[in-house]
Amino acid sequence: MLRRDLLALAALGGGAVFASGLAGCATRAAAAAGGTKDFYFVQLSDAHWGYQGPANPDAAVTLRKAVATVNALEVPPDFIVFTGDLTHTTDDPVERRRRMVEFKSIVAGLAVKPVHFMPGEHDASLDHGAAFKENFGETFYTFDHKGVHFIAIDNVSDPGARIGAQQLAWLQADLAPRDKAAPIVVLTHRPLFDLVPKWDWATRDGAQAVALLMPYANVTVFYGHIHQEHHAMTGHIAHHSARSLIFPLPAPGSQPDRTPLPWDAAAPYKGLGFREVDAEDVGSRYTINEFPVVRA
Amino acid sequence: MNGFNRRSAIQAAFAAAAAAALPAVFGQAAAEPRVIEMTARRYTYEPNEIAVKAGERVVLAIRSIDFVHGLNIPDLGLRFDLMPGRVTRVELQPAAPGIIDFLCDNFCGEGHETMHGRLVVSA
Repeated sequence: MLRRDLLALAALGGGAVFASGLAGCATRAAAAAGGTKDFYFVQLSDAHWGYQGPANPDAAVTLRKAVATVNALEVPPDFIVFTGDLTHTTDDPVERRRRMVEFKSIVAGLAVKPVHFMPGEHDASLDHGAAFKENFGETFYTFDHKGVHFIAIDNVSDPGARIGAQQLAWLQADLAPRDKAAPIVVLTHRPLFDLVPKWDWATRDGAQAVALLMPYANVTVFYGHIHQEHHAMTGHIAHHSARSLIFPLPAPGSQPDRTPLPWDAAAPYKGLGFREVDAEDVGSRYTINEFPVVRA
Repeated sequence: MNGFNRRSAIQAAFAAAAAAALPAVFGQAAAEPRVIEMTARRYTYEPNEIAVKAGERVVLAIRSIDFVHGLNIPDLGLRFDLMPGRVTRVELQPAAPGIIDFLCDNFCGEGHETMHGRLVVSA
């Protein structure tokens, strides 16, 4: 059975979204020349380890169940990304580090390596990313996989939700030598565009990052923060947010406050989950498959 | 924006700033705006719900107590850093009835996500 067929079966109970289809002739030619292959990765987000509250009375085990579900995927992903808010914020720096150590011990159970971690504001905004760096390494970086260039952007270590001039210069330098048709995936926590500013669903200087990316024909952004699947475009750049592993939040701007959706005891983990991202044609097309925390 | 005309609101905000120059030009005393004293501290603005009449000039005089809190009023395209120990003055003149939300957009701690408020603009 082809992996594509497996995905069609695996998506039962979740949903498949055709995410991006901007392949140009140049990209396809590059794919043929580079001899690269299709692959897929898993995106996990917003575990908020340490959260205690009515929005998820099962918080102590939800992350562990998600790890087990990822490990049980029929075909293992090439790698895993975790797009921020690994832990729930605390004003106590000792407790913050304790939560990070616990989180690491749980996700160490993920069978697939590597796992690329990004910070969320809950992890990094109160100490400019210090505890995150101690436990997970740099807050912004790049890596390459089978012809696709991945860029992790940190828009949370600044408590004002700025990427900042230094990181923007780094981004510009990283992009400068690349072919305008190069397949690029951006991973980040907050939306890079103004989704709902009154709910703090924005990056203050995100438009500058988008402007730097705009000359590149083949860019796709995966992010977290808003605890739900959401798809938007800025020009030709697609932005896809992921579900969380703690509690869902309301649809963008749908109510006065962004309070968590109430826990449904009749349907535990409703609205939570993770996704597979299937990169086809050297990252010129992506298919997203959403999965629940626990599969039937 | 909750029944409120955003363009009118922005125009009103800028009009209020421009109006300050009028007395010098025409030698007339313009009505002083109503000053609303506020505090910002983890994790609340006090008051966090402010009643204003449409067309009324108000100044939010905000003293931050314990952090560089933010004041972001997205519908008016305005934001400020509220420096601790200082009073930040923000003049507004909402043009039409409606709700104008504001929030702290500098992550300030465990209760940051509850730090927000609103102007309730009546006819």
